[in-house]
Amino acid sequence: MADAAHDATASSPGTDAAASRSGTRKAKPALRVEGLVKRYGERVAVRGVSFEAAPGELVALIGPNGAGKTTMLSILAGIQPPDAGSVSRQPREIGWVPQQPAVYSKLSVAENLRLFARLEKVPDADATVAQMLAQTGLEERAGDEVGRLSGGNQQRVNIAVGLLAAPPVLLLDEPSSSLDPRQRERLWQFISALAAGGTTVVYSTHNVQEAERYADRVLVLADGELLFSGSPAALAAAVGGDAAGPQDFESAFVRFLHEHGH
Amino acid sequence: MRWLLLKDLQILRRSPLLVALLVIYPVVLALLIGSALSSSPGQPTLAIYNGVPKQDRTFDVAGSSVNADEFLPELSRAVDVIDADSREDALRMVRDGEAMAAVILPPDIADRLASGRSQPTVEVAYNTEDPVKQQAIESQLKARLSDANRALSRKYEETTVRYIEMLRDGGSISILGNDVSILGLKTSQRLIEGVMATLPRDSPSYTALAQVDRFARLAIQNLGLSTEVLRSVGEPIAVRQTLIGGRRTPLDRYAIAVALTVSLMFLTVLLASGLLALEREEHAFSRLVRGLVSRLGLLVAKSGLAALCGAVVTLLLLTALDLFWVDLDAGRAPWWLPALALGALAFAALGVAIGTLAREVRSASLLAFTLSLPVAFLALVPSSAVSGWAYDVIRVVCAIFPFKATLTALDVAVNDAPGSFATPLLHLAALAVGYVVVARLALRRFA
Repeated sequence: MADAAHDATASSPGTDAAASRSGTRKAKPALRVEGLVKRYGERVAVRGVSFEAAPGELVALIGPNGAGKTTMLSILAGIQPPDAGSVSRQPREIGWVPQQPAVYSKLSVAENLRLFARLEKVPDADATVAQMLAQTGLEERAGDEVGRLSGGNQQRVNIAVGLLAAPPVLLLDEPSSSLDPRQRERLWQFISALAAGGTTVVYSTHNVQEAERYADRVLVLADGELLFSGSPAALAAAVGGDAAGPQDFESAFVRFLHEHGH
Repeated sequence: MRWLLLKDLQILRRSPLLVALLVIYPVVLALLIGSALSSSPGQPTLAIYNGVPKQDRTFDVAGSSVNADEFLPELSRAVDVIDADSREDALRMVRDGEAMAAVILPPDIADRLASGRSQPTVEVAYNTEDPVKQQAIESQLKARLSDANRALSRKYEETTVRYIEMLRDGGSISILGNDVSILGLKTSQRLIEGVMATLPRDSPSYTALAQVDRFARLAIQNLGLSTEVLRSVGEPIAVRQTLIGGRRTPLDRYAIAVALTVSLMFLTVLLASGLLALEREEHAFSRLVRGLVSRLGLLVAKSGLAALCGAVVTLLLLTALDLFWVDLDAGRAPWWLPALALGALAFAALGVAIGTLAREVRSASLLAFTLSLPVAFLALVPSSAVSGWAYDVIRVVCAIFPFKATLTALDVAVNDAPGSFATPLLHLAALAVGYVVVARLALRRFA
C-alpha cells in the first residue's frame, strides 16, 4: 500500500468538502483504491474493485447481502489483507467504526477513550479525550460505564474511538443498524458535520434511503463486483427515473440490481 | 501493551464476582482433592470372638510359647475391632450391619496348635453390602492370618531343626521332667569307628559295622543340609525391597502438589481463555489488531497477566498451607517460584489457545473447564490401573498438556521428590511456546 496520498488532505479540507458537494472539486483524492481482490478459497468476495474518495466526501457502500461490503471495509481498515490491489492509505491513517460497538462495557466512556487514545499514541491523550467527549456530546456521560449506555450513545462512543487519531478517512460499517429513528437522525447529523469538516466518510448500509439522503456518492456492490459509482440521482437516472420508471430510490436500486442480474 | 494490561486489571477489579469465582473455586476444588487424596477411607469394623479361655491363650507349640492375642493389635491398626461375647453374638453383629465381618476363634484352637497333629480352623463371616470395605477387611484378615501362619510355621521349623541337630550332634531332652541324654549320630559314628579299629578287616563284624559306619556318615552329611531345606520350605521366596531413585513422596505430601497444580491450572487456564475471548465478545479485537497491538503482543499480554495472577494466587495458597496445615520445608522455597512460574506460563498459553476457539467469555470458560478436567484426571491415573497400551495413550496425552509436567515440577520443588527438576521445567517451557504458536496461527482466522 502506497504512502503517496498522505498529503492529499493538506489543502483546506473544509473547502474541499464544499467543493465536493458542488461537484466542482479537483483536489487530490483522500482515498484511492485500486483493483482490490479478496478470495476465500474458491469464492471471490471482492472482484477488482477500484474507486476514489475526495476529502470531505460521504460515500455509501450499498448492495444486497453477501455483496462484499463488510469484506471491502475490513480490507480498507487493514483488518485483513487483500489478495490483490492496493489502498492508498495505511490502516493507522483510517478511522474504523465496526458495526457493533467495539468498546469495553465495564469501562467508562472516558476510560475507553483514554485507553484507545493511548494505544493510538495520541500526543495529549487527556486533551483529545476531552475534545472527543465534547464533539460527541458525551461529556455528561463520561464517567458512566459503556454497558449502561443506550445503543445510540454506545454507537457514539464507538465512533468517537474511531476518530481519536483525527483520521482523514473514517470507515463505518452499518453505523445506524441498531439505532432508533431519533438516534439515527442524531448520528447522521454528527457524521455530516464530520464530512463538512473535511473527513472523508465511507460507510456501508442496508438502508438505501440513508444512502440517498446523506451520501454524495453511492458505490453499488454485488457479488464482490462494483456495479455503479456515482450520485444517488445518477443511479435513479440510470434505471429511467422518470414518470414511467421507479418512484423512489429504493425501487431504482432494486431495479438496477435486477437489470444487472442480481 | 502496558495500557492493555491495566485495562484488563481494571475490568477484573470491576468484576468482583468473577474474580471471587476464579480464585475461590479452584482453591476449594484443590483443597477437596488434596484432602481426598491424603486421607484414607473409613475403617471397616470387625467383630472378634475368641473362644479360647484366657488362661489357655498362651500355649506351647513345639516347645515354644505362643500368645494367641499377639496378632490382634496388628489387625486393629487396619480395622476397628469389636469384642463379641459368643459366636452367635459375632454373627449377629455381622447380620445387623454393626460389623463388616466376624472372626471366630474356636475354643480348641490352642489344643490343636499345641498338639501339632490336627489343623485348627478359624471361622470368618462377611457382610457383602459394601464391596469396597469387604475387600479391605478380607485383605486385612488374609494378611493377618498369613502372618499368624508364617509365625507358627517358623516356630515349628525352629523346633524341627533343633530336633534334627540333636539327632546329629547329640544332647539332652526333657521328657516328663527327666533329662534324657541323646547320643547323636556323630558320636555314634565315632564309637563305631573305634570298635572297627579293634577288629580284623576280614571279620564278619567289621564288614557289618562298616555298613553302619557308611550309613552314619551319609546321615550326618544330609542332616547337615536339612536346616537350609526346612527354611526354604517355610519361606520358599524371600523378598528384598529396594527403592530406586531416592525418597518416595508420602501420599499426603503428593496431595499438596496435586492440589496446587489443580488450583494453578483452573485459575490460569480459565483466566487466559476468558481474557482473550473478552476481546471478541466486546468486538474490540479487530480494532486492536489494526496497528494498535500485534496479534502476538495481544497473546503475550493475555497469557502474561493470567500467568502472573495464577502464580501469585497459588503461591499464596502454598504459603497458607505451610502456615496453617502442613509443615513444608522452607529451604525449598526458591524452588517453588520457577515451578509455579513455568507451570503458570504453560497453562496460560494453553488458555489463550483455547480462547481463540471461542467468541464469548462463557464459551471459553466452559471449553477450558471441560478440556482441563479430564486431562487432570488422566495425569493422576497410575500405570497399574490400566492396560499397557492405554497407559501409553495417557502418557502421550499428558505430555501434550501442562498438568503432569507442572505436577512433577511442583512435587520436586515442594516435596523434594525424586527425579529431575530441569526436565519438567524444560517441558513446560516448550509447551508454553508451542501453545502460543498454535494460538497465533488460530488468530489468523480472527476478525
